[in-house]
Amino acid sequence: MALTREEVAHIAELAHLELSADALALYQEQLSAILDYAASLQALDTTAIPPTATVAPLHTVLRDDTQDGDIAESALSLEAVLRNAPTVFEDCFLAPPLR
Amino acid sequence: MDTLYDLTVHAALSRLNAGEISSLDLTQALLARIQAVENNVCAYLRVLEEDALKQARYADQRRAEGDLSPLLGIPIALKDTFSTKGVETTCGSQILRGYIPPFDATVVRRLKDAGAVILGKTNQDEFAMGSSTENSGFFPTHNPWDLTRVPGGSSGGSAAAVAAGEALAALGTDTGGSVRQPASLCGLVGVRPTYGRCSRYGLIAFASSLDQPGPLARTVADAALLLQVIAGHDPRDGTSWPDAVPDYLAALRADVRGLRIGVPKEYFVTGVQPDVEKAVRDALNVLQNMGAELVEVTLPHSEYALPVYYLIAPAEASANLARFDGMRYGLRKEGATIEEMYARTRGAGFGPEVIRRIMLGTYALSAGYYDAYYLKAQQVRTLIKSDFDRAFEQVDVIIGPTSPVTAFRLGERTANPLEMYLADIFTLSQALAGIPALSLPCGCDAQGLPIGLQIAAPALHEVRMFQVAYAYEQATTWHTRRPPL
Repeated sequence: MALTREEVAHIAELAHLELSADALALYQEQLSAILDYAASLQALDTTAIPPTATVAPLHTVLRDDTQDGDIAESALSLEAVLRNAPTVFEDCFLAPPLR
Repeated sequence: MDTLYDLTVHAALSRLNAGEISSLDLTQALLARIQAVENNVCAYLRVLEEDALKQARYADQRRAEGDLSPLLGIPIALKDTFSTKGVETTCGSQILRGYIPPFDATVVRRLKDAGAVILGKTNQDEFAMGSSTENSGFFPTHNPWDLTRVPGGSSGGSAAAVAAGEALAALGTDTGGSVRQPASLCGLVGVRPTYGRCSRYGLIAFASSLDQPGPLARTVADAALLLQVIAGHDPRDGTSWPDAVPDYLAALRADVRGLRIGVPKEYFVTGVQPDVEKAVRDALNVLQNMGAELVEVTLPHSEYALPVYYLIAPAEASANLARFDGMRYGLRKEGATIEEMYARTRGAGFGPEVIRRIMLGTYALSAGYYDAYYLKAQQVRTLIKSDFDRAFEQVDVIIGPTSPVTAFRLGERTANPLEMYLADIFTLSQALAGIPALSLPCGCDAQGLPIGLQIAAPALHEVRMFQVAYAYEQATTWHTRRPPL
């Protein structure tokens, strides 16, 4: 399953990764090799097999909607939330224009 | 006093409780050891010297007041995947350089409540993606048994720190073998608990359906004690098990009579280093001589664990790592538009293995390929899990090698990503099935490098796994070897 250069560039765009032409060439080769390896799965007939998304004892987890519970109490302050941001303006994260 | 750094956690606790040493003595001995060997081992991303001394003094004060918390005054290292309040946490990535979490991970809070002294944050493969710690965004870590070799990964810094006497024990995270494989390569006990046994809250996420924190220690009893402290339900993690945590230490009886040990033929295949196979076979004989019954079992889909893992884990990673966008924390490279800023930030901040996996995952989840890759991998994950369900109808535990090889040389596997992935070939299927497994020392190769034995048990049956590991450990001396550092 060889990926084309265009496909690799498209994946990088979908994943929001700016990559050099050299890097794209390297990932084209490496990702193709990994996908070739993964192709062994196609040999298995899985028509009647349900997928496993998680092995957790998953059921909807609910808790009391309370203001004084442990979780609500530990909500972060605005200052704590903004402290690690590279750029802030007043109480907001600052982003460049959409386009 | 100069070998305090070599103590097991249990031995240190006995001496602390007897008043023979203080936590300050112990912590100072560890800090001196770090000073002496860290330049060669490079296990830590940051050592918290002042803070550790402060915690040690506080622990001594608590002990004087009659406090008997289970890890009171014990110096421990944390992988940099764990969020630590007020302490820089990078997950081994340049993209998180300078990030200071405003909260502690639940397991970190539990360690602190139990009185542990946090020595520092250890090196790792970036975002826990790797098997050698060479994918760290900062520097590689060296194996204390041979400084030209890797410590394994991704929790390689934690493993190297404990093996080198730079911590009495450590926490790592295991997504596909990242605690067990470095434990094997560094001659330690490393535990991957049942998925959901420990809270993932505050772990920087890699693959959410697989990530689990776990201890690295010098003995089974030390590892069991650490797990006892960190395990348990957490309302902040909806996937954590609500069941009560059993008493792991009470289960440590050196008795395996009547236990049935499954030996999967798929774990003894070409590609396994001959002295690794021999050490594992010898270990099985030891257990048989102690009264356990060996039963050949089959896990027919084992060979598919690697491709399944390398589709599912990158798919989940591509979603989890979308949060690193230059907005809320970490690196930012400016751009004229928001999309340009995203792409520049992420292209510059992530290392090559992380980019590879994000791209692989993005592809596996993309329109037109989702069914062929991601869904297919999830279906085969069901088959892998069913293999274990069937095997555990016949046997109590399953034993095989942890890693097909002993520690390899730095740089030996970095050119070809697939070759690096093969280092995890025996640790992926337990993670996919969500069952607990541990690695413990069971021998050494011709160069004296440690070999690890892997013991897996059904979900939530850590007790059984610890019991077999403890019995083997009591009958052998491999756990007493120390690296010639």
